[in-house]
Amino acid sequence: MSIAPTKSPLADLPVSGAAPVRQRSLRQTVRRHPTIVVGGGLLVLMLAMAVFAPYLGTVDPQALHPLKRLEWPSAEHWFGTDMLGRDVYSRTVYGARVSLTVGISVAVLSTGIGLVIGVVTGFSRWVDTIVMRVMDGLMSIPAILIAIALMALNRASLGNVVFAITVAEVPRVTRLVRGIVLALREQPFVEAALASGTRLVGILSRHIVPNTLSPLLVQGTFIAASAMITEAILSFIGAGTPPNIPSWGNIMAEGRVLFQVAYYIVMFPGVFLSVTVLAINLLGDGLRDALDPRLSRLM
Amino acid sequence: MFSYIVRRILATIPVMAVVAIFVFALLHLSPGDPAAIIAGDTATPADIARIRAHLGLDQPIYIQFGDWVWRLMHGDLGISIFTDLPVTQLIAQRVEPTVALTISTLVVSVAVAIPLGIIAAWKAGTWIDRAVMVFAVLGFSVPVFVLAYLLIYAFAIAADWLPVQGYVGPSRGLWPFVSHLILPSIALGMIYAALIARITRASMLDVLAQDYIRTAQAKGLGSLRVLLGHALKNASVPIVTIIGIGVALLISGVVVTETVFAIPGLGRLTVDAILRRDYPIIQGIILIFSGVYVLINLLVDLSYTLLDPRIRY
Repeated sequence: MSIAPTKSPLADLPVSGAAPVRQRSLRQTVRRHPTIVVGGGLLVLMLAMAVFAPYLGTVDPQALHPLKRLEWPSAEHWFGTDMLGRDVYSRTVYGARVSLTVGISVAVLSTGIGLVIGVVTGFSRWVDTIVMRVMDGLMSIPAILIAIALMALNRASLGNVVFAITVAEVPRVTRLVRGIVLALREQPFVEAALASGTRLVGILSRHIVPNTLSPLLVQGTFIAASAMITEAILSFIGAGTPPNIPSWGNIMAEGRVLFQVAYYIVMFPGVFLSVTVLAINLLGDGLRDALDPRLSRLM
Repeated sequence: MFSYIVRRILATIPVMAVVAIFVFALLHLSPGDPAAIIAGDTATPADIARIRAHLGLDQPIYIQFGDWVWRLMHGDLGISIFTDLPVTQLIAQRVEPTVALTISTLVVSVAVAIPLGIIAAWKAGTWIDRAVMVFAVLGFSVPVFVLAYLLIYAFAIAADWLPVQGYVGPSRGLWPFVSHLILPSIALGMIYAALIARITRASMLDVLAQDYIRTAQAKGLGSLRVLLGHALKNASVPIVTIIGIGVALLISGVVVTETVFAIPGLGRLTVDAILRRDYPIIQGIILIFSGVYVLINLLVDLSYTLLDPRIRY
């Protein structure tokens, strides 16, 4: 029996030779990180839906048709109509824009602000003493209550919703970054850099900040998921996105009183919100497993 | 130990001080005139002046703060703008349904999540483990009000087994009281149970890999005794910690759950206060909820020495 490798007659063809390698690497990626692929794929779909909302068979989400109010899902209105005759499918598809805008904006802003404060507190003892006491105090207030309190004093707008949720999320990011910076500060490579006369800015940019990015990326995904739920809660209780902007929370709030006769108004945006949050959580879990193998074994 | 308890209790003072300063400062951090914002778009100048006087906003800020702290230390959370009743009285009237809902949720979540976490760790890598992890991810992803409506549709509208909404006090019979709490507790407890199950699994996996577990098994102890007597006891500190930290999730969820199920508790009071921009009530509720959260985490910290005798202060 021969064990010598046999050369395929097609091996010399570059295109047919490259394809199996690509397929194998894709299969390996899916097998090694299924949650990243599934979560990322679902998230990309949701993002595409938000971006291409006008081209997905939608009509004006605010257009009123009183004669067509409370129609059940049909070929004409895929998700039915609400109490003002507005198309629930169009409102749900456009609602993705609000949820994703809030989720991504809060994740970027709170990780950015938390990174700056966390790095400064990690390197300055007196700033640390003051700032971390403030952060401890803020962390003892449930995030939703901070957001509610801020929204109660600000006029309803998308910008104010992002601001309110960001303020509520910053303390957790700050604590995370500070913990990482305090651990890194004692590492031999940082001490060596300090001893060799590297300036603080250089140490921060070359050694500290790059090492915080992986955990921040993971934390950022969970913040995005949490922010989307908080936005929906705020809108649902009447303290979030203004009613003239269709958001999943708004649509559900409007359908609340009619739930027993037209449950579909609440269910469709609810399912879309859940799937989007699930996608981001899966992506976050996958990223954490890929970036921190120790945690991946445990969690 | 005694000195640790005293130090730990004293450590809550600066935390609550920051909460109090934040709650006071909120009113002054908003852009524009807070009295005008609270009064709303249709308010007359007289309405705005009345609210300004009601909240003491016509005083210098240091006098406002001094007065506010003094009243707070005497248990006075101010007067509601809308009802003209003391905030403490309004909160006291709404405490019972919220406490009943929170305790029932806590009991249901812990009773479900800890066994699930233990079984997942014991059967790590099997379909049981994967099913528990799917439950955990779903629990984190389905928002409380979406789950609440799904449960209402399935068990109250389609099956007609349980009431759709409302709250009945324990004085009107055990079953009416319990039946009104079942769906809200499951809806509110899902995310909490998911969190506890996940941490229980992780903590148990860590402990089950220890040598003393292998020794216990080698001695011939039964699986149940090893799991509960040896592993769970040693895995309990992170579990109890997450039960304490997770109370924040319950507090957040109470606001929504009480709205969906029309339960007249503190969450519903919060939503009503937001819609009416009744700021003294919002301030009072934040202080009460934050105080409860700090107190629970203080108790959790103090429980460590009871759970794990190796922990000494």
